[in-house]
Amino acid sequence: MDLFEFQAKELFGEYGVPVPQGRVARTPEEARAIAADFAAAGTPRVVVKAQVKTGGRGKAGGVKLAEGPDEAQARAQEILGMDIKGHTVHAVLVEEASDITREFYLSFLVDRAARTFTSICSVQGGMEIEEVAHTSPGAVAQVMVDPLTGVDGAKAAEIVSAGGLPPEAQEGAAAAAERLWAVFADEDATLVEVNPLILTSDGRVVALDGKVTLDDNAAFRQDHERFADPGSADPIEARAREKHLNYVKLEGEVGIIGNGAGLVMSTLDVVAQAGEAFGGIRPANFLDIGGGASAEVMADGLEIVLSDPSVRSVLVNVFGGITSCDAVANGIVSALGMLGERGEQVTRPIVVRLDGNNAAAGRAILDGAGVAVVEQNDTMDGAARRAAELAASP
Amino acid sequence: MAIFLTGESRIMIQGITGSEGSKHGRRMLAAGTTVVGGTNPRKAGQTVDLGGSAVPVFATVAETMAATDADVSVVFVPPAGAKSAVIEAIDAAIRLVVVITEGIPVHDSTEFWAYAGAKGNVTRIVGPNCPGIASPGKSNAGIIPADITSEGRIGLVSKSGTLTYQMMYELRDIGFSTCVGIGGDPVIGTTHIDCLRAFADDPETDAIVMIGEIGGDAEERAAAFIEQNVAKPVVAYVAGFTAPEGKTMGHAGAIVSGSSGTAQAKKEALEKVGVRVGRTPSETARLVREVVPGH
Repeated sequence: MDLFEFQAKELFGEYGVPVPQGRVARTPEEARAIAADFAAAGTPRVVVKAQVKTGGRGKAGGVKLAEGPDEAQARAQEILGMDIKGHTVHAVLVEEASDITREFYLSFLVDRAARTFTSICSVQGGMEIEEVAHTSPGAVAQVMVDPLTGVDGAKAAEIVSAGGLPPEAQEGAAAAAERLWAVFADEDATLVEVNPLILTSDGRVVALDGKVTLDDNAAFRQDHERFADPGSADPIEARAREKHLNYVKLEGEVGIIGNGAGLVMSTLDVVAQAGEAFGGIRPANFLDIGGGASAEVMADGLEIVLSDPSVRSVLVNVFGGITSCDAVANGIVSALGMLGERGEQVTRPIVVRLDGNNAAAGRAILDGAGVAVVEQNDTMDGAARRAAELAASP
Repeated sequence: MAIFLTGESRIMIQGITGSEGSKHGRRMLAAGTTVVGGTNPRKAGQTVDLGGSAVPVFATVAETMAATDADVSVVFVPPAGAKSAVIEAIDAAIRLVVVITEGIPVHDSTEFWAYAGAKGNVTRIVGPNCPGIASPGKSNAGIIPADITSEGRIGLVSKSGTLTYQMMYELRDIGFSTCVGIGGDPVIGTTHIDCLRAFADDPETDAIVMIGEIGGDAEERAAAFIEQNVAKPVVAYVAGFTAPEGKTMGHAGAIVSGSSGTAQAKKEALEKVGVRVGRTPSETARLVREVVPGH
């Protein structure tokens, strides 16, 4: 789960990482009220920042300075509702403007290649770190962190010194690094990034931005739900999550159901490829119903996929391994029955490809059931072509 | 010979009395695997019935090893207890631990990987979140269905479970020396490269199939390794060409961020070093038939 900047800063605050004062506004009027509070406290200059889970919002015009409540309201008016790389801005963070003298970069992340944790630190912050790494690789330090020992004061000092931070910033930056590591380790984060980490004119080191990704696998021991953002999710994805289905909405016409993440991803590719011959037909979703593929899960899956009005045909691609194909076929037949009972008469064509254990028996069950909307195809490539063709036909 | 897992392997199961542990223990035994015991501290001294065979239950990995000469452990322990289970196996210095458990926090897997290193890498870790290892006709450690393929001379390494099965099934007439599901998590114990190295050295493996998917740069690194170290023919498949940026698709590993880690980049890196890359699983199987001697 990716956090919004304001959520990341809330966490930083809890762990004692210095952050600017600020609050979230969802309307221009709220932004005005927050700015008025700051003005009353003697800091009329504020920054209005779009809250979106993507980078490059500064360039897109999603971060604006404002002098006082009137300007804050006007800037919020401009930014709210803005589209930044496909993300609609539903909230802005209004915070006190900082007096920046230097900008640095600091992060902790999972290093997949080295199978450990790494800290990245650079004296050149405020721009994309990939760009800095490309143009001046010497300015970006990577320091491995042993998962068994973590980051103590000495390690934190090593990180900021490797990043080439100036002497006047090192103590404050090391203190921030040690606390940011605590966020990373204690919250089960896979990424904690501060860009920029700033040095203010009065010598303080402050996290001016924050990007945090939390590990969904750790939900059983963390209170990650407090950061959930149900309003922004696609409604079909939200309903799928309630049913514990692994569904991702895409822009296309062929609904996809399969078992196993790799096989489903592969099915998307094969459908997209086959769809080129039919005027650019694309897969409409990713849906992995897992190894079991029981009738109920199949019914839930079909219901979710068919609730997308852009779906014109469905491809069910199942490899019978642990669950054999006859069980899967029975599951499909009863799933269609269940949908009928729920009042969801299925009229859109469903192409089924069964392969693996007991494939012949599974195919015979589907043939014998005489369900008009279901047709079978023995190969993945053939089934994908047929599903694309059906989606393209008027 | 096969890699990592042979007919001589003696397998134990951590979490043998749980529903997954006992179900797959039965399946492993039915596939001819030597399953010698398992652990559950609360049921030590009892036996568990795995399809007619009474398999002894011990309190610890070390006790199981001492009593049964187990040299491979398959872990079915749920996520919350998985880290301590793997660390216990490492402490007992078992040769191989196969971690099937799905949903282990990445901080835990990173920690047990580091712990294995600190203990001198005596214990090879496969997984987590993987289907396991199958050396058809010899031994099966994990949840890979044994009866979809046959013994032969292709080596297979894959991040994905069902794609592994699909490929094993498509090439069941040629057969496999060993199939390794390395798992799709961001941090895994045994990598594509580890398996490529072992297959390159295995006299009973003639050709290698590698299945990758979007995310990370494991396939790119594997390509560099193949160029320098693997003379045997390698055929690859990469899933996830249509995956949108920034969305997780099932595996924690299957996520694309920015330009690196895309299926296209992986395909190009592999083709550049002479690896043939299929566009679909079936085409990949056809390419394998072209490179396997006698087919």
